[in-house]
Amino acid sequence: MAQKLESNLRNMVLSLALISLVMSGSLGMVYNLTKGPIEEANKAKEVSAIKEVLPQFDNDPLTTKKEVDGLTVYTGTMGGQVVGFAVKTYTEKGFSGRFDLMVGFKIDGSINNISVLEQKETPGLGTKMKEDKFKNQFLGKNPESYKMIVKKDGGEVDAITAATISSRAYCDAMQKAYDLVKKLSVSADTTAGKGGAE
Amino acid sequence: MKNLKYFTNGLIKENPTFVLVLGTCPTLAVTTSGINGLGMGAATTFVLLFSNMFIAMLKNFIPDKVRIAAFIVVIATFVTIVDMVMKAYVPDLYKTLGIFIPLIVVNCIILGRAEAFAQKNKVVPAILDGLGMGLGFTMAITLLSLVRELLGNGSLFEIKLLSENAQTILIFILPPGAFITYGYMIAIMNRVKAKYNI
Repeated sequence: MAQKLESNLRNMVLSLALISLVMSGSLGMVYNLTKGPIEEANKAKEVSAIKEVLPQFDNDPLTTKKEVDGLTVYTGTMGGQVVGFAVKTYTEKGFSGRFDLMVGFKIDGSINNISVLEQKETPGLGTKMKEDKFKNQFLGKNPESYKMIVKKDGGEVDAITAATISSRAYCDAMQKAYDLVKKLSVSADTTAGKGGAE
Repeated sequence: MKNLKYFTNGLIKENPTFVLVLGTCPTLAVTTSGINGLGMGAATTFVLLFSNMFIAMLKNFIPDKVRIAAFIVVIATFVTIVDMVMKAYVPDLYKTLGIFIPLIVVNCIILGRAEAFAQKNKVVPAILDGLGMGLGFTMAITLLSLVRELLGNGSLFEIKLLSENAQTILIFILPPGAFITYGYMIAIMNRVKAKYNI
């Protein structure tokens, strides 16, 4: 077997430089290979979430993407008629920090469906927010009359057992989304000349 | 059949989790569901296999005084590759494992095997050792995850075994449950090892 290289300055610099060079080269290659799939995976997730939460639509919602107040809004239309909004909303108040939801609203402001995009909540506790049991209580409700605060705090939402913080954060994200939709539909109403219908 | 021994070494006799008690950070943190445990184990096995292989190949080329730096460059490269590949092809798992994927760089098992085994052995034994240690780690954390998932959430690999309203022992999903389960498993492992004289 060949002798181990002696630890003199020249050898040390050379071997470290060479190893770093080869390794960074291979990293660059993998980066190029995975760049496409990573983007596609992100996009596919977004599209499937929009599909899940909006009422039936026939346009490409990605083209209607709008950023308002740090939230992202997609508009779904059917034959040119707006049928609803999908709002990508977030909260910083989760048990493990930020999580993201996609909320679909019908044109009258009622909640059509909700999908959890990204979350780091405690498995088995906070993650129950993904389950139908918790989600279904929001569906079809109009936040105009439905108080999106957990019952403990005087609202109408049944919190998840042992995950009140996650439930509160969920309501916070929902409220953010609704406030935005309200703002949007009010401005849409006034431009359409109806005004003050809310 | 000496080669086979290198492989089986990591499975039980020197299991990195239960016997060497290395790499406990991911062991305690991500073992909340069977899928997480399996995914973390697979990622670690991949890194361990390739870092062992490369370090055994390069051992005569790396001067002693800069060996740790060289090892870290090699390990970090493979961790970054795993990170990008998982982001591209299993985005959901990537999201739940989160920061613990990049943190494989500082997992003691990997640097430990490089230092204690790969740099003193030929390529084939180093590969077998990496594979054995990786599988031993995967086995251990998957087992730990399954126990915690079953007791804390009433499910195995995210398949519900109990009804929606069944009471589960929540503490097993929370961090203290990780320590309790881990402790019991080390005790059982020691008992089994003593009994069969492994």
